[in-house]
Amino acid sequence: MASDSPSVLDDIATDFNELSPQDRLTFLLEFANELPELPPRYAEHPELLERVEECQSPVYIFVEVDAADVVGVFATAPREAPTTRGFASILVQGLTGLTAAKVLGVPDDFPSSLGLNDLISPLRVRGMTGMLWRIKRQIKTRLTEATS
Amino acid sequence: MSVSFDTSDRFSDFAHPEALVSTDWLRANLETPGLVVIECDEDVLLYETGHVPGAVKLDWHTELNDSVVRDYLSPEDFSDLMRRKGISRDDTLVIYGDKSNWWATYALWVFKLYGHDDVRILDGGRDKWIAEALPLTTEKPDRAETEYPVVTRDDERIRAFLSDTMSHIGKPMIDVRSPEEFSGERTHMPSYPEEGALRGGHIPGAANVPWARAVNEDGTFKSRSDLEATYMDGAGLRKGDDIIAYCRIGERSSHSWFVLTYLLGFEGVRNYDGSWTEWGSAVRVPIEKGATVG
Repeated sequence: MASDSPSVLDDIATDFNELSPQDRLTFLLEFANELPELPPRYAEHPELLERVEECQSPVYIFVEVDAADVVGVFATAPREAPTTRGFASILVQGLTGLTAAKVLGVPDDFPSSLGLNDLISPLRVRGMTGMLWRIKRQIKTRLTEATS
Repeated sequence: MSVSFDTSDRFSDFAHPEALVSTDWLRANLETPGLVVIECDEDVLLYETGHVPGAVKLDWHTELNDSVVRDYLSPEDFSDLMRRKGISRDDTLVIYGDKSNWWATYALWVFKLYGHDDVRILDGGRDKWIAEALPLTTEKPDRAETEYPVVTRDDERIRAFLSDTMSHIGKPMIDVRSPEEFSGERTHMPSYPEEGALRGGHIPGAANVPWARAVNEDGTFKSRSDLEATYMDGAGLRKGDDIIAYCRIGERSSHSWFVLTYLLGFEGVRNYDGSWTEWGSAVRVPIEKGATVG
């Protein structure tokens, strides 16, 4: 079902900022543990996935846009890279189910609003910014494909 | 109180076998008074997923660097960090981490800038500890705060700045980056584009020895004879050489610095921590391109 507001994403940002620094790390780790496995259609076809070059660990994403313009985000990252998994999981949970227009409207610097810059360094947070950028770019590609 | 060394045969050929401990040794010494185990990883959350029992977390990004100037933390901040971590000046430190101990050796190098005497690396790092199914915990150690003196940082002995490196051209230099970064094909490491530079290539005369040639599949260091074949026969280093090592931001080269200093016994090896992110963006410094060594 399509949602009109990126409220899940906003709620996640609010939750992060209300926590103490150490609890923010724990919260990010919870997201890392919640990253869903890829559905078989991607798990069995890794060539469909796009590598997020901005991240220091191997993370791959794929974005679907259905006939009703509803977005689905899929991602995979190794267990040994929990920070990257956490970033991916936030975006998978926060963006899946939104309309394409809503995802495209999410500010590019959303990752910096989580209160993690001082805690884990801006350089690491940039990996998530790269993920968001690539998700938006894939959405634009899907929309173009759908109309051509 | 000093903590006994790991005297196992596996390290005895190295120039400074006392700088390494094995997973077996660490497991047997976890409760030894005067020993502090430190985990230092690239991934800032890895420690939280489970760590060696009693290990203290140290983060290179947020704790070892100054937050404003591109430099390491000040003597006052280092002293304060040690106090908060519960580390005393005479403690024996064993550091381990992910990625074959990149950041562990980087942390060791920073400890040596501050002259901490007894710092050792867990051979094989975090991955080997986990591969051997040794104990892990998510429980954070409750260490009492300590008093750690404010000591002067020695930036002369083992650290090189841009001007030092410039005047070192013509003497042995080891570039530990990937062949693509060395040749100038890439200005950053594959998948580390944020730490790029404006120009690609290497410092004239440097020999390319990617850091990973010093480690086995399981993350442990290679034997002394293998290391000599790589660094001496291969890259042309000779006993008594004055060497500078560099990479992109100084972390992979602190790994090679550790190998050259503690395993092969070169004295006065310096790590150029400005590395390619500084050299490759500096105006009018000489740059060489191409894959040939020097």
